[in-house]
Amino acid sequence: MKSESRLGAWIAMAIGTAYFLLPLIATFEFSLRMERGVYSFEAYRVVFADPQFQTTFGYSIVMALATILLGILLVVPTAYWVHLRLPKLRPIVEFITLLPLVIPAIVIVFGYLRMYNSSALIPLTGSERATDFLLVCSYVTLSLPYMYRSVDTGLRTIDVRTLTEAAEVLGANRATILFRVIFPNLTSAILSGAFLTFAIVIGEFTMASLLDRPAFGPYLQLIGANRAYEPSALAVIAFIITWASMGLINVFGRSKSAKPAH
Amino acid sequence: MPSQPAARKPVNLNILGVVPFAIFALMFLILPTSTLMVGAFQDANGHFTLENLRQLFDTNVRDAYWISFKISMVSSMGGGVLGFILAWAAVLGKLPAWIRPTLLTFSGVASNFAGVPLAFAFLSTLGRLGLVTVLLRSWFDINIYSTGFSILSFVGLTITYLYFQIPLMVLIVTPALEGLKKEWREACDCLGGTTFQYWRFVALPVLWPSIVGATLLLFANAFGAVATAYALTGSALNIVPIMLYAQIRGDVLHNPNLGYAMALGMIVITGLANTGYMVLRSRSDKRRA
Repeated sequence: MKSESRLGAWIAMAIGTAYFLLPLIATFEFSLRMERGVYSFEAYRVVFADPQFQTTFGYSIVMALATILLGILLVVPTAYWVHLRLPKLRPIVEFITLLPLVIPAIVIVFGYLRMYNSSALIPLTGSERATDFLLVCSYVTLSLPYMYRSVDTGLRTIDVRTLTEAAEVLGANRATILFRVIFPNLTSAILSGAFLTFAIVIGEFTMASLLDRPAFGPYLQLIGANRAYEPSALAVIAFIITWASMGLINVFGRSKSAKPAH
Repeated sequence: MPSQPAARKPVNLNILGVVPFAIFALMFLILPTSTLMVGAFQDANGHFTLENLRQLFDTNVRDAYWISFKISMVSSMGGGVLGFILAWAAVLGKLPAWIRPTLLTFSGVASNFAGVPLAFAFLSTLGRLGLVTVLLRSWFDINIYSTGFSILSFVGLTITYLYFQIPLMVLIVTPALEGLKKEWREACDCLGGTTFQYWRFVALPVLWPSIVGATLLLFANAFGAVATAYALTGSALNIVPIMLYAQIRGDVLHNPNLGYAMALGMIVITGLANTGYMVLRSRSDKRRA
């Protein structure tokens, strides 16, 4: 019976591996077929040489960095304060941070377009800069569940109260406590949230497309509709980015658990 | 009122600490969604009406909901079952130790590998010129496209969705499987129980809130997905997110408020699925504690 379950497990794992690896292999293979008869990296060369690739990719990186920065500044102080002073609010704050998983992104951005249209009280879709800001806010919203959970988990592993009191005794003010005591203790949690945010934002399509911003996601879609081999190359690139983000989370998560003595 | 401020003061000051977060949540999450909900109950002149909700049941809109429902249902059930089997194999299948962390890491990546690139990957795999399509034809003389299969169809989209649904299931259900105690299996074996009896009377009763809850989460996950479907099928497949996308882009329904009603319908469906997930999760958490 024992060997039976082991055989079943092997079969399940083999089929699963095939299902998950085949599309990756197929995509990679397809991306090499741009030149007739030989495998080459021509599709990648074309993609990297495309000025639109460079501008949209650059734009999305800037948006991702802005999202991470704003997300950290919003989530860390809030989560810290809730831990320290308002534990009763914790379920409510947690519930709000989970809402972006419940409300589809397309509905949220639809709401923005209705609420912030150019004739509204706050016309955030009125100019390009304002729309960029709205896009960053929409990405902060999308990444809120991941960022908050990550920081919240980090706060549970440190003694927030003792750290705060110790810093207060030494004469530190609130800002000092937050930026020089709490932040450094949450580095790995913040980095986890940041890399996950990056992976989500870099190729995001719905928000950027409907807010009409020149981001990487809409560019991917455009190439997909008009080209043959470049989309596969772009998919491989996107997969590598996602993989790298997740890998970095593991690296930083491990480096922290590797030195618990501190 | 006058007697209260003194007692309340410290609380009020502490509350100030979450004001930035509250403002952000109101401005970019709660109010925008609320304005849509209000709009769903208004006509073009802003008067109250239930007409938009009624129009949700007109043929084209109702069909879109039905197809979305079916795709979400099949991909969540399929993702649920297959993800559970994979997680079972990794946790209880007595496989080499490196398989479990590898599977979990990969699941973390794959569950986030959605959207436009995922559509490209499946076009390169099962599209007309995709690797698997071509290999099946040249090696086994099987032309899957002659059977009526298309990656741009219901089945094609479901297979594509499974690529992020299965890993999500693995991530959610692995901790629950790890919570099964070895002693339970041993006790069952000692009492002469079969494998079937162990699963039927011991393991599944413990696991089912996690399994059903996770499947509900997968359902909501599929129901709201836009990018994958749009990049894969364009507007060929009439599902709710695609229809809403077209509506936002160019008012294809010729009634903005009907668009709001569609958004409301989406929130209600994903909201119900998520509520079910949270209720079941708190139940299984309680049992574990």
